[in-house]
Amino acid sequence: MSKVDNSRRNFIGAGAVATAGLVIAPGVTLFDMANAKPAGEAASSAKRWGMLIDSSKCTPGCNDCVTACGKENGVASTGHPQTDPQWIRKIELKELKSGRSHSLPMMCQHCAEPPCVDVCPTGASFKRADGIVLVDRHICIGCRYCMMACPYKARSFVHEEHHDQNPDVPRGKGCVEACTLCVHRVDNDQQPACVEACAAGNKDAMLFGDLNDPNSEISKRIATYATTQVRADLALNTGVRYQGI
Amino acid sequence: MNIDSFRKIEQSVFYALVAVIGLIAMIGMGASYYMEEHGHVVTGMNNQIVWGMPHVFAVFLIVAASGVLNVASIGSVFGKTIYKARAPLSGLLAIAMLAGGLTVLMLDLGRPDRLIVAMTHYNFKSVFALNVILYTGFFSIVAIYLWTMMDRKMNGFSKYAGFGAFIWRLALTTATGSIFGLLVARQAYASALLAPMFIIMSFSFGLAVFITVQSVMYRWNGLVLDEAVRRRMKNLLGIFVSAVLYFTIVYHLTNLYYAKQVAFERFILLDGGIYTTLFWVGQILLGTLAPLAMLFYPDAAKKCNMVFFAALLVIIGGMCQIYVLIIGGQAFPLSIFPGMTESSSFFDGQIHSYSPSLPEFLLGLGGVAIAGLITTIAVRVLHFMPEDDFRHIERRVITD
Ligand code: SF4
Ligand code: SF4
Repeated sequence: MSKVDNSRRNFIGAGAVATAGLVIAPGVTLFDMANAKPAGEAASSAKRWGMLIDSSKCTPGCNDCVTACGKENGVASTGHPQTDPQWIRKIELKELKSGRSHSLPMMCQHCAEPPCVDVCPTGASFKRADGIVLVDRHICIGCRYCMMACPYKARSFVHEEHHDQNPDVPRGKGCVEACTLCVHRVDNDQQPACVEACAAGNKDAMLFGDLNDPNSEISKRIATYATTQVRADLALNTGVRYQGI
Repeated sequence: MNIDSFRKIEQSVFYALVAVIGLIAMIGMGASYYMEEHGHVVTGMNNQIVWGMPHVFAVFLIVAASGVLNVASIGSVFGKTIYKARAPLSGLLAIAMLAGGLTVLMLDLGRPDRLIVAMTHYNFKSVFALNVILYTGFFSIVAIYLWTMMDRKMNGFSKYAGFGAFIWRLALTTATGSIFGLLVARQAYASALLAPMFIIMSFSFGLAVFITVQSVMYRWNGLVLDEAVRRRMKNLLGIFVSAVLYFTIVYHLTNLYYAKQVAFERFILLDGGIYTTLFWVGQILLGTLAPLAMLFYPDAAKKCNMVFFAALLVIIGGMCQIYVLIIGGQAFPLSIFPGMTESSSFFDGQIHSYSPSLPEFLLGLGGVAIAGLITTIAVRVLHFMPEDDFRHIERRVITD
């Protein structure tokens, strides 16, 4: 049996290429959307990425997470505070009744039922299987309806041309953007830049992990301590949770 | 002046008018190009007030477009003769205003170059996408409706086409209202009342636009509108304006007592600066009470100008109302942490400021001009002049 059936081999070859193409295609799009997951490996719904923020460890005036985010994602001020995008910001709070104050970072809460995704006319706003909510910059038409719908003011519209971009995090004038939970780092088994910076400053107010894994540190903490979802009344099942407010 | 020289003058006036409206439309397009080149940083819109002046114009035009078709519906669907004679003009205005409004909406996008993307990628859960489908359908249905009205052979189908357009239009305005009504997180918008309120607003603004255009057309042709026709239309406008007032009151009362949005209501009704002024002076005084007084003034139907100016005031009041709804609704900060005061570098907890810039205003005006251009040319080329009651109409062109 030395004679090889060439036609059959060719056929299999073509099939393999076609299959590879199908598998690669979503990977390629994902790569364009700010991430570094190896081509073909889709996000898994076995995981749900989330974050727990302990406001009692967060100090007013500390801006480490914000600075780290800006550096990581190339989000810089242009001197136009009204229009400059902010992916993460520090909010100072004061309870009206008790006068007690809190300081905490606020960013996209990576809702399980994200209103931004519901309202987006083109489907540019989408939620990955692992719970990370992103904007596909290739099909965002810049209508800003998602910004109207987000209860947390988490999204920004890019009002002008930006330079010095991080190649892993493409951004563009005329589109809407928000915290990606540093998807390009998470897909490389790293932590989001803000979480790393908070820990580096010995504050440890931010904890990142898999909400679906009962043995993860974040799940254990949520099972043990009283934690809150911001605007829990809206029942969006946020991926970012808070402790101490 | 004899009729021939009158025609000549009239013709040059027509071309001059087309040139002026065309120029305004061109300036609007230029403004949008400027906005796209430099980014929205050259507008007054920002990350707090994300929808601005263009949206006020666009929403007004779209809402009025749907309402102006009411005139045709009353004619075809409900069989009222004086409205039937006005149905073609009403259909034309509907198409023209929708085209103007959608152009503004589209040119304000961050990426207007992605129109194809918007037409090929649909998220069917989105009311916005639903609106795109409803708007497109509206054009076709009204076009068919116009055809059945203007082509003798098709007249028999006119009633059905009119009925289709009537239903479609209600769906369209409900969906437009729902763009806002479904924004649950925003104090100004999370209300089921917005959809029916938009419908009644469309009736009122649409009829006001119709009366205004009709008055101009009659005057242009040296005709006087029959008093009975004028009386009916002014009474109807009065009813619609009162209905909008009623809905406005209910909307604010439910916000106050049912939804407990006291702080937001205080902002709009008492200490919201420009929004409070626009609400009380613009919407209520100029846009509602003044026209009501004029429309229900004992001899109003005898006075052309009175009805014309009342309709004009309703339009101005309508623009104010939409401005307060869209911009005022965003100017009031989101309550992310109810029961706490908030402050941040992203303007949390603060009243957001907005000063519309010239380009966005020009873009909005450009949309009105597009609607005007379509109307002016079509009225000239085709037969849109309401022509019911020439028995009563005296020809005012003097041949001396
Ligand atoms: S926080 Fe806002 S942007 Fe993020 S998923 Fe929720 S609705 Fe969308
Ligand atoms: S701005 Fe972009 S992401 Fe947001 S709703 Fe519009 S198309 Fe979707």
